[in-house]
Amino acid sequence: MSELLIILLLLMIVGALVAIETSNLLSSIISVGAVGFLLSIVFLFLGAPDIAITQIVVEILVLVVLIRATISRDLTTITGDRELFGMIVTVAAVLAVAVLSVHMFEQFPPFGVAVMDRVAGAPSTTYLEQGLAKTGAANIVTAILLDFRGYDTLGEATILFCSILGALTILRRKARKKQAEADKESESA
Amino acid sequence: MIYSLCFVLIAIGLYGVVVKKNIVKIVISLAIMEYGVNLFLILLGYRFKGEPPIMDQAADASLFVANAVDPLPQALVLTSIVISLGVLALMVALCIRLYERYGTFDITEMRRLKG
Repeated sequence: MSELLIILLLLMIVGALVAIETSNLLSSIISVGAVGFLLSIVFLFLGAPDIAITQIVVEILVLVVLIRATISRDLTTITGDRELFGMIVTVAAVLAVAVLSVHMFEQFPPFGVAVMDRVAGAPSTTYLEQGLAKTGAANIVTAILLDFRGYDTLGEATILFCSILGALTILRRKARKKQAEADKESESA
Repeated sequence: MIYSLCFVLIAIGLYGVVVKKNIVKIVISLAIMEYGVNLFLILLGYRFKGEPPIMDQAADASLFVANAVDPLPQALVLTSIVISLGVLALMVALCIRLYERYGTFDITEMRRLKG
């Protein structure tokens, strides 16, 4: 089981490296799609079918958005990295964080032991015990999402609509033209 | 072991964000970091031979509590995945605007952004 997970994770790391290091932008986007689909397979093995389905849907949308953004635009290679000193400093910082977090790994629960088993009176246990009786939903994830933590989902919907509103505001053209015309009119008047 | 591989994924994303010049590559690196963080949260809630937290009609309730994986991280990661889609759409919109303005995705060419 964990060997399978390790193999899948190694494939994901290879895909991520290819996505970042390849020179062609389109193949980079397709590699990140491969990483996302592998991630959804990992979620399936980890007992999270809801997340796997959501991950597939979101991954397809991400691919469509990214390809729409880059196709017919600049697919030429942008070679070279940022200036050398900054790159060395940042890579050193990443390495330092990695070395420091090795000590942090010891604090984690061992893999295969859920956090709710280590904490007495964890809310997850309550949800599992009383989810069906209190909400009537057989799927406990849905029960948490829409009932126990419904305000979180409301906030999620708010963030989603705000971000899409922001994207539309950034991308629109019509209103900007009207604004320019209005400026001209006020100048002539 | 699995946790450290997960951290490697996050570190690769961080490396891409700080080193790459192409703005679309930076967006892609942020997406990879999100994958790593989501995977880490799901891993924390996993238990060996865990079943999905979906109740069966025939299932015994106490057995279900003993076997199901932690549903709380799953619910919150579900929220996080959907939010990451919205954030990515916003970033891509900004990239398209910047491309129209400067004619390139190269961030070193966008001189007027420098403070």
